[in-house]
Amino acid sequence: MTTIELRNVSRWYGNVVAVNDITMTIGPGVTGLLGPNGAGKSTLLHLIAGFLPPSRGTLTIGTAAAWRNPEIYRTVGLVPERDSVYAFLTGAEFVRATARLHQLADPQAATRRAIAIVDMADAQERKISTYSKGMRQRIKVAAALVHDPEVLLLDEPFNGMDPRQRLHMIDLLTKLGAEGRTILLSSHILEEVERLAGTIQVIVSGRLAASGDFRAIRRLMTSRPHVFLVRTSDDRMLGSALIGSPAVTGVELTRGGLQVRASDYGRFSRELAAVARDRDIRLRELLPEDESLESVFAYLVES
Amino acid sequence: MVGVFNGVVASITLRAAFGRRRALIFALPPLILILVTLVLKAARPPGTPWPGRILGDFGFSVILPLTALIIGTSVLGAEIDDGSIVHLLATPVRRSSVIVTKFCVGAALTMAFVAVPELIAGMIATGGAGRLAFGLFVGALAGSVIYNALFVMLSVLTTRAIAVGLLYVLIWEAVLGNFVSGARLLSVEQYSLGIANSIARYSALNAGLSLSTALIMGVIVTAATLVLATRRLSEFSLKGDAV
Repeated sequence: MTTIELRNVSRWYGNVVAVNDITMTIGPGVTGLLGPNGAGKSTLLHLIAGFLPPSRGTLTIGTAAAWRNPEIYRTVGLVPERDSVYAFLTGAEFVRATARLHQLADPQAATRRAIAIVDMADAQERKISTYSKGMRQRIKVAAALVHDPEVLLLDEPFNGMDPRQRLHMIDLLTKLGAEGRTILLSSHILEEVERLAGTIQVIVSGRLAASGDFRAIRRLMTSRPHVFLVRTSDDRMLGSALIGSPAVTGVELTRGGLQVRASDYGRFSRELAAVARDRDIRLRELLPEDESLESVFAYLVES
Repeated sequence: MVGVFNGVVASITLRAAFGRRRALIFALPPLILILVTLVLKAARPPGTPWPGRILGDFGFSVILPLTALIIGTSVLGAEIDDGSIVHLLATPVRRSSVIVTKFCVGAALTMAFVAVPELIAGMIATGGAGRLAFGLFVGALAGSVIYNALFVMLSVLTTRAIAVGLLYVLIWEAVLGNFVSGARLLSVEQYSLGIANSIARYSALNAGLSLSTALIMGVIVTAATLVLATRRLSEFSLKGDAV
């Protein structure tokens, strides 16, 4: 099991600071790297992948520095964002060449295994120039997995994939993460990251805006009221009762139910059932409306 | 050198070279050289030592450097430009191995597409495998090696390798090299001609350097450019988001 450590890492280009004093630890499992365009995600991924030196700070994969150290690629697999791949090779030739560059004992077997993992066996003898974008992504993943790396870095891996391929990739990455590999993926497709990543690292304007499980991050954002949708046997009565609580900052009757804005998550959770019981109101459903990764992300980017 | 050469890298480089239409482009100049030689041989222009002018001036100042430029900048430069080099560099292969292998492939291709046609053209011009033909062949072999080292280095240093290479060939070598004696010391064309002339002993080749100077400078330039290329490739970096 390999850990990626960043300590006060910054990267600037002249007057432009792309990554600003980031300290983080990325351990086994799947970690999502999120941020708006231009936030510094790709810069951070390139730093971790050893394709960019930090202007300041230290960055290690395991115990080894990433920059100017080709040996780290024995344990690291990289799936770059750019579509460019040796288009004149077949998929199998590309993966096999990568296996041979890694000096694997049995490149043929490793190639077969990697291609099977990404479900590209049927197309492996076709030239990559004939592949769709999603197929190119999958063959890139195969090449990154051929040497069975402990660390996998993926830059926008879902680009160009259709829904079925995305599901397959999510299943694959979930399985790899469960095996104890350290997987870091940068993505702006929040639905996929929400399903896949146990931990997220949110980058905004080059800084680490938040780190951890996105539900826990949401609960820590005390300046933002939590929003719930409650369906009951009498929404209006419940709303009039809840507005008297200091834990509630607002209620609204909507077609879907009673929308409640709670400034104190813990107190509201305790009071809701008691208030409903005291007024003989049946609670049918309670749904957090802003605990999605998308809402967490939106809050963090706005703030 | 053998331990640094990587067969997989060489195979990919060769496939890339012949997979693109560029392969047609670098076959064209030597074909022109042979055609021009055939035409002049048939026309038999009296008086002028045309083999030296055509095979030396034209062959060594135009055909050799331009073909080497196309080949030398494409064996690595094309992958850097389109980003596919990342797949190669994201493996434990030593950067020195990448540089040396691509240099070797480039030099071998240039030898095949320039040195061999020079030999053929020399044999056509002189009617046999004499000193001139053999000297031109060996000079072109040396030039293939040195030019490729230089242009592989350029392709790592700059995205405008072809433009910089053309400036070197057309301005530094073709113009300054003919009028400024000091400039010849940094002219790969002159190294090639010096080596060619040491065998051919043909005054019309206009070789400005002795064999020993040409050899020493050729080795220094080849080694220095390959070391610099390796160092730069070791620092190859990918830019990030909006930079």
